[in-house]
Amino acid sequence: MYLNATLLAQITVFIILALFTAKFVWPPIVRALDERAAKISEGLADAERGRQSLALSAQHAAEAVREGKEKAAGVIAQAERRAEQIIEKAKADARLEAERVIAAAHAEIEQEEARMRDALRDRVADLAVAGAEKILRREVDAGAHADMLAAIKQEL
Amino acid sequence: MATAHETVTVAPDAGEYVLHHLGNLNSSGHPQSTMIDFSIINYDTLFFGAVLGASALFLMWLIARKATAGVPGRAQAALEILVEMVGNQVKTIIHNEESRRFIGPLALTVFIWVFLMNAMDFLPVDLLPLLWQKLSGDPHAYLRVVPTADLNGTLGLSIGVLLLCFFYNIRIKGVGGWAHELITAPFGNHPLLYIPNLVMQIVEFSSKTISHGMRLFGNMYAGELIFLLIALMGLAFPTLSPVGGSLLWLGHLVLGTLWAIFHILIVVLQAFIFMMLTLVYLGQAHQGH
Repeated sequence: MYLNATLLAQITVFIILALFTAKFVWPPIVRALDERAAKISEGLADAERGRQSLALSAQHAAEAVREGKEKAAGVIAQAERRAEQIIEKAKADARLEAERVIAAAHAEIEQEEARMRDALRDRVADLAVAGAEKILRREVDAGAHADMLAAIKQEL
Repeated sequence: MATAHETVTVAPDAGEYVLHHLGNLNSSGHPQSTMIDFSIINYDTLFFGAVLGASALFLMWLIARKATAGVPGRAQAALEILVEMVGNQVKTIIHNEESRRFIGPLALTVFIWVFLMNAMDFLPVDLLPLLWQKLSGDPHAYLRVVPTADLNGTLGLSIGVLLLCFFYNIRIKGVGGWAHELITAPFGNHPLLYIPNLVMQIVEFSSKTISHGMRLFGNMYAGELIFLLIALMGLAFPTLSPVGGSLLWLGHLVLGTLWAIFHILIVVLQAFIFMMLTLVYLGQAHQGH
């Protein structure tokens, strides 16, 4: 309970210590705390933004998938239509070709028939002339009766 | 609590022992006899106070210097806990952002410093005095190691707080505003009440300051005294019969341990109370009556 000059010295020491803390200890720590708090709140905001963009892109993806499916369905339908068209066209072409082949065959057959008939006709005329020759012998002159024989050939 | 006293062979008188321990190492060379004597200065209080304060602040400075906003180390985290605890208290009491920039660190300084000065009580009561006696070569050298058990130490702090109260009163209210408050509060603005108001204000400021310093001093002084009384039990060991001496020695052990454990609470609590009162008084300086 004795007071002396220590009192004044203690006041001075106290003020010096407080000033030192205020200048060198408190500010860096408080700054670090504030910066960290800012970082954390920034991080939380980023996380929130990330969550939102994730939801958004999920939505986009779902939309893209839906669109893709629709397009694919369209393409498939189109392809089916096209295939049908191709088949129909091929059928029609085949039919036409068949008809053409048949027509050609018919024409050929007719030609052949005409050719055969001509040949046959020549042959029959020859046979008739030979027969007549045999019958008539010298009476018939092939050269003199050529016109008549040609007329007979024509009638066959 | 260790009882290695220099006069163990010739057991000292209990009163002598206690009184010797309550004598400061001062500039006069012997314990002060008059109540107030400003020609004397206590070397021990100043030395331990300044060394504790300076080393604590140096340590905190080392940590604060490398403070990072990223992941903090353990030391930084510990300091951050302290700063945050003090900062929260300051925020609830001081509503002036500008003032907080100094009052925050001030409160931290008060808390840490008072805590460390109080904590000197945990050292065995004879340890440092004995070392000093050996070192100085004077077997009767005085030394007190708890600066807060010296009224000069605690009143020095509380008067420092009082000066800061004056400073903030003037800074916030202006010289005129504060002078006006000194003569018009608490009773009211009337010429007849000027003198009573001023008297009341003086009483208020002095009672706040004295009780502020006395509360801490009283707690630490009483704590130190009890440690000394407990130490006396062990000290009496060689002078009594083996049975009685052993019982006293055991009493020293048990009571010393119990009191030291209980003292942990007192040391922290008194440091915290001193800080809170500092904040409250400075907060009052910011408000009108």
